[in-house]
Amino acid sequence: MTASTELEPRVQPMAAVSIADVSKVFGNSRASVAALDHISLDVAPGEFVCLLGASGCGKSTLLNIIAGLDQPTSGRISVRANHTGLMFQEAALFPWLTARGNVELALKLAGVSRDARRARTDQLLEMVHLGEFAKNRPHELSGGMRQRVALARALAQDAEVLLMDEPFGALDAMTRDRLHDELETVWRNTHKTVVFVTHNVREAVRLGDRVVLLASRPGRVAEIFPVDIPRPRRIDSAEVATLAATITDRLRLEASGGR
Amino acid sequence: MAVDVDDRVMVGALQSKPNRAAKVWPAVWPKLLACGIFIGVWQIIVWIGWKPEYVIPSPFTVFDALFHDLGTMSGAVGVTLRRAAVGFGLAIVIGGVIGLAVARVHVLRVAVGSMITGLQTMPSVAWVPLAIVLFQLSEKAILFVVVLGAAPSIANGIIDGVDNVPPILLRAGRVLGARGFSALRYVVVPAALPAVIGGLKQGWAFAWRSLMAAELIAALPGHIGIAQKLNVAYQNADYVGVYEAMIVIFVIGVVIDAALFGNVERAIRRRYGLVDAADA
Repeated sequence: MTASTELEPRVQPMAAVSIADVSKVFGNSRASVAALDHISLDVAPGEFVCLLGASGCGKSTLLNIIAGLDQPTSGRISVRANHTGLMFQEAALFPWLTARGNVELALKLAGVSRDARRARTDQLLEMVHLGEFAKNRPHELSGGMRQRVALARALAQDAEVLLMDEPFGALDAMTRDRLHDELETVWRNTHKTVVFVTHNVREAVRLGDRVVLLASRPGRVAEIFPVDIPRPRRIDSAEVATLAATITDRLRLEASGGR
Repeated sequence: MAVDVDDRVMVGALQSKPNRAAKVWPAVWPKLLACGIFIGVWQIIVWIGWKPEYVIPSPFTVFDALFHDLGTMSGAVGVTLRRAAVGFGLAIVIGGVIGLAVARVHVLRVAVGSMITGLQTMPSVAWVPLAIVLFQLSEKAILFVVVLGAAPSIANGIIDGVDNVPPILLRAGRVLGARGFSALRYVVVPAALPAVIGGLKQGWAFAWRSLMAAELIAALPGHIGIAQKLNVAYQNADYVGVYEAMIVIFVIGVVIDAALFGNVERAIRRRYGLVDAADA
């Protein structure tokens, strides 16, 4: 794979994503809902950070703000990259294009020349093990395969920072487990910085270098858990289960502590 | 290594196709049967003697006459089809421009959005007197009626298509860097295509009806279309001629709908995954 050689080795200590005192309020002055409350977080280059929280904690809002799809009410976001790649819970593939077409369009919109596109598309589809399904359209692929195409499409943007919004939330456990392995491999080979949103505690521990636990209403950072379990990890390993249990306890405390 | 076994089976099943003849026959025999039953019922009505034979002639008399008149019929069909092509083409251009403008410009939508749907419900015969006042008895008057009949459907198809682009696809496009014109070209237009084709199909149906209405009323000497032929046959109490013309009008409408839109629409729906794989 040449994907890694295209990226320069990172030695700068500067954060890849820096979130400084970000708040977000939805609504107007009469009826407003605070979605995010003074969140600060730095993500190091090449780091895999999981944002974990119950639904309604504002994790997707935070991700949209990092992606530039939404603006914070106050605070500052800086992303050390010209743009970010983003994956949703739905694959959101263009149904009129084949798997190959979807990846190629991303390359085209990123300004990759026609000659370079073809080879790069093959490479990306191989990376997610879909080489032989290049000609299939999204409706002919399974949910897991669609998410693989979406991952290849997000990687095609060649953004340093990859944002993932519960990308495996709709998949069955076996498919999800396999995609965890693949994502980990891709992440190691490409040295991307990943911010991964999930409500699944084990998934967060399985994947993250750090797990950032968000409390709900308004969303704020409750606690940050470093994950020192050596990779490659297994979601059913004892270490993952132990840390997941600790985090779950903290999550419960957070849910009941407010009232 | 990382691919489910059931995935392979599923995709493999989609790729196997039966041969052409085996595919065409199931689509053909029900139609042939329907035609057969229709002609049979028609003949039975003739045998019963509900109306005298000069009012309802036997289907065989009609088809025999039609076969003999094919030469003169084809002249009228040529005149009519040329009008249909020009009128429908104009309607595509005008309806297309209006549809795009209304879909993209908010003020225009508020102003005329509901009027377009209103125009669609306006019977095209109602335009004929105005058309004659404006353009006298001329080709222009006929085209005017055809365009007014077809353009609203075409515009509405475009507006519907643009309105119903799934927001998640717009978002995905924006994340990939498709903004402004490239969002239109790579996301909005392809996503709207099935609705646009639907609008064109409906537009054709309206164009054909409008054209028949216009030809029936605005007869141009020397340029006899198929509906005018119908009218002339009626005036001359040539009832076999009336049946002949009606059959030709019906067949042309059906054939063009099937040839122009049927296949395209089906291909696009299949391509976009809008049909169940089992039906495709």
